[in-house]
Amino acid sequence: MSVLVNKNTKVLVQGFTGKNGTFHAEQALKVGTKVVGGVTPGKGGSEHLGLPVFNTMRDAVRTTQADASVIYVPAPFAKDSILEAIDAGVKLVVCITEGVPTIDMLYVKRAVDEAGIRLIGPNCPGVITPGECKIGIMPWHIHNPGRIGIVSRSGTLTYEAVAQTTALGLGQSTCIGIGGDPIPGTSHIDSLKLFQDDPDTDAIIMIGEIGGSAEEEAAEFAKSYVTKPVVGYIAGVTAPKGKRMGHAGAIISGGKGTAEEKFAAFERAGIAYTRSPAEIGKTMHELLKSKGMIK
Amino acid sequence: MNLHEYQAKDLLAKYGLPVQKGILATSPEETANAFRSMGGKFAVVKAQVHAGGRGKAGGVKVVKSAEEAADVAKSLLGKRLVTYQTDAKGQPVGSLLVCEDMYPVQRELYLGAVVDRSTRSIVFMTSTEGGVEIEEVAHNTPEKIIKTVVDPLVGLQPFQAREAGFALGLDDKQIKQFTGLMMGAYKAFVENDFALFEINPLAIRGDGTLCCVDAKIGIDSNAAFRLPAIVALRDKSQENERELKASEFDLNYVALEGNIGCMVNGAGLAMATMDIIKLKGGQPANFLDVGGGATKERVIEAFKLILADESVKGVLINIFGGIVRCDMIAEAIIAAVKEVNVTVPVVVRLEGNNAELGAKILDDSGLKLTSAQGLNDAAEKIVAAVAALA
Repeated sequence: MSVLVNKNTKVLVQGFTGKNGTFHAEQALKVGTKVVGGVTPGKGGSEHLGLPVFNTMRDAVRTTQADASVIYVPAPFAKDSILEAIDAGVKLVVCITEGVPTIDMLYVKRAVDEAGIRLIGPNCPGVITPGECKIGIMPWHIHNPGRIGIVSRSGTLTYEAVAQTTALGLGQSTCIGIGGDPIPGTSHIDSLKLFQDDPDTDAIIMIGEIGGSAEEEAAEFAKSYVTKPVVGYIAGVTAPKGKRMGHAGAIISGGKGTAEEKFAAFERAGIAYTRSPAEIGKTMHELLKSKGMIK
Repeated sequence: MNLHEYQAKDLLAKYGLPVQKGILATSPEETANAFRSMGGKFAVVKAQVHAGGRGKAGGVKVVKSAEEAADVAKSLLGKRLVTYQTDAKGQPVGSLLVCEDMYPVQRELYLGAVVDRSTRSIVFMTSTEGGVEIEEVAHNTPEKIIKTVVDPLVGLQPFQAREAGFALGLDDKQIKQFTGLMMGAYKAFVENDFALFEINPLAIRGDGTLCCVDAKIGIDSNAAFRLPAIVALRDKSQENERELKASEFDLNYVALEGNIGCMVNGAGLAMATMDIIKLKGGQPANFLDVGGGATKERVIEAFKLILADESVKGVLINIFGGIVRCDMIAEAIIAAVKEVNVTVPVVVRLEGNNAELGAKILDDSGLKLTSAQGLNDAAEKIVAAVAALA
């Protein structure tokens, strides 16, 4: 087992026949992910990558019984695509698209919560259960099936943590890229809860960055709910105030959302953390060793 | 993207908000004429720059005559205004807003709104403590800030605005005007994708009516595609030159004050790279995310941007090749180093897809490139190389 996705997850691709949808669907198929088709309005009835193309998500879900969808449509259409996926009845929606207006996400977040649907992203690398299922744009080959759950707001920084844990022989249960936007579908807290409740995850790496207070809230939550070992890291100690650092959500505004505040929250919650992005894996390795969970 | 005060006031006036009268001027003559047509004994001349703290920095002046208005214009126009919110160079003053004199006023209030991440809603903040920095109020007397959380599905309701108005101690007549004002502000917020909205101060004039004396609006740049009228208001002179250049090539660049240039793929890793340079005793010169598709063209443009900063004494390239191949990136780096004529030390760390092949290509290139293994090694090498130059 694992969280969110496994070898039985059936995935639809929204924006299937576009450049990104095509490339990443091919990559996912290559590693054995059950991509069952996709949606491109106006191209319904045709075939793409040997799979059926549908006009609407409703048709696609009815025909394929898919559990999940992944969205590669351009930002102006992301809100509509997410709402369509909810309406069609999939249980998991992964939105890779970058640049979705924040106000769109206010409506979308309420809609997914009310429908009881799990949205990952937007502006994220996706979710992966190594050896079983890849929904998103992350490189399959750096992962290794294992028992560490990883949650992160940043794509390449997740890869960094993945590569470090893989190199130390630890491996990952599931990696959730929640994305760099201010209003993510799934938060650090949601991910911590999923990993805590997953019998196949032994420990959790939580990677945050400047902006907002999601990491502080997650640290507080971890204190009362999470019994598994957690290692934290925050990027952006050297980021100046008031400047957006690439991600829409990575900004220190009104003096709030600094890396120091987040490290302090880890400290208060008794969460092990490192200030070096090169030592995320090592910190986890040492923590597990000190607890006698590995040799 | 930020709006100037005069643009923000124009926009808010369209939503029925009462704003202080003002005339835009771009020369001393226009400023003098604006004073005359304003017709008051006094007028306030305000420098239009994208920064707060203008008053204390000498960017807001009360004038008593057309001649004085022209003199103030001469002293401000074409100069740069340095406030506590700008960098040491300051922001260029290209225009002035000549405003009606409003004082004395009865009270100065505050009205602002943000997209609040914790409640996932638009949250209004109102306070009786207008005319000062709201961060100060929030820090010293948080009980003086009234928060109104707006349900995204139903929008701001008049009763919420009334509640805020009564909490501000407004009288019956003012409540009516305030409710209209706050409802208008909400409409403007959602229809124009505000990321930041602030009226400070919101004055109660001598006659008891409300008026927006200053207005700050920031726009969510992700929404630019559906806001052509707002995008047309963009004043590029207010933006950092290199950051502006970067945006033309779809590169995310933020200038910092150190001397080690950074070129990284991914925003999180780019921040982490800056941090590890600092941890190893160096100072990052910039944040730069070349994005997922680090092609030759983008790497060349990124090099040009980094090296345009004269304080850069060395460059660290940190690429985690997920989908992209590191050997392709190595070729791009070599081509870029040749084309841009890079003379400072360059340390390259390639990880992921075909990383070893990439490192070999760099080593065999005959160029002054140092390859590194892992983040620690990369940061240590560039910090040492730059320290050796000093």
